[in-house]
Amino acid sequence: MTNQITLHKEDSMIIELRECASLLLEKLQGDDYQEASKMIVNLNVTRDRSIFQSVGELTRALHESIKNFNIPGGEQAFSQQGSNVDKCSELHEASSGLEYVLTLTKNAADKTMDMVEDCAPICNELGQEANSLKLEWTRLRNREMSPDEFRALYTRLDNYFETLDAGTNKLNENMQNIILEQGFQDLTGQVLKKVINLVTEVEGNLVSLMRIAGQVEAVVGIDVTKYDNKGCDGANPDADIVGEGPQYNAEKRADVVGSQDDVDDLLSSLGF
Amino acid sequence: MKILIVDDFSTMRRIIKNLLRDLGFTNTQEADDGLTALPMLKNGDFDFLVTDWNMPGMTGIDLLKHVRADENLCSMPVLMVTAEAKRDQIVEAAQAGVNGYVIKPFTAAALKEKIEKIFERV
Repeated sequence: MTNQITLHKEDSMIIELRECASLLLEKLQGDDYQEASKMIVNLNVTRDRSIFQSVGELTRALHESIKNFNIPGGEQAFSQQGSNVDKCSELHEASSGLEYVLTLTKNAADKTMDMVEDCAPICNELGQEANSLKLEWTRLRNREMSPDEFRALYTRLDNYFETLDAGTNKLNENMQNIILEQGFQDLTGQVLKKVINLVTEVEGNLVSLMRIAGQVEAVVGIDVTKYDNKGCDGANPDADIVGEGPQYNAEKRADVVGSQDDVDDLLSSLGF
Repeated sequence: MKILIVDDFSTMRRIIKNLLRDLGFTNTQEADDGLTALPMLKNGDFDFLVTDWNMPGMTGIDLLKHVRADENLCSMPVLMVTAEAKRDQIVEAAQAGVNGYVIKPFTAAALKEKIEKIFERV
């Protein structure tokens, strides 16, 4: 649609230029140099007007694109003080959201590990006592136990049932809490989805900006070929290897290992 | 056996610490990056270093290079436990003198196997 309008404007400019040119020719052939120089001025005015119009349109489009980023950089940023303005920014909100995800996941992991660590000694204690009682029980069944030993076993069993009851209650409670703690996934998922949407939107706006920048280059006559093309990633092969973090699309990349087995194979090929 | 665990995430430090404890290694200390870890290694009598790669301050690979360059620490076994999975990185770690490389997420069995292998060789 925008392209059609631009073409239409270019057409009308060319028609106007042609009319001026034929009038200029006519005046020159008629030796009317005064009128001819007026025509030359008209030609320049028509050309300049077209450039000014295009630049004006591009400036407006740029303005709209920046506004779409939801960064108050357009009208408000210059009229308000920075701190208040930043708070309104959706990008700022997105990074706060990611901080929230970090905090929530950390808290959930910590609480889960606290509860597991809380459970471990209970399991150990119950297991050890069960083993010991089993041995005593076998002795009882084999009639190898004295009446005194039996009385002691009787009390131990009584205590064990109480410990078992309290222990399993605690284990159940902790397991329930561990399940509840997984609720972070819902909350962080919602925030992450919002951030993904924002990133997609920003990406779309950046593409628009690139398009506008291309048009500006065409109108102003900037030679883009003189700028070095460093490629998409701008990677410098001599640069130090930097950490990339988890590879979430390892299967699509040949330069990345997919499993611990691949690591082991690679290391053994290096003589490890 | 005194072990230093270096990772910028406290959750991961805790996971490794718990796994090491299950393997019978109870004397562990923690640091959150290479810059904190290096003076601890120089001043303490650590026997083994478990480090992440990607950390602020000083990365794990730089920490490994510093350890190998230090005459008192150069023979210390180093296990890298990291999410970094590029072949180039694994090769770089091997060339820098790492003794084992475990990629995250890992299992208790994988960590155990690598640690046992390291001590078999030492």
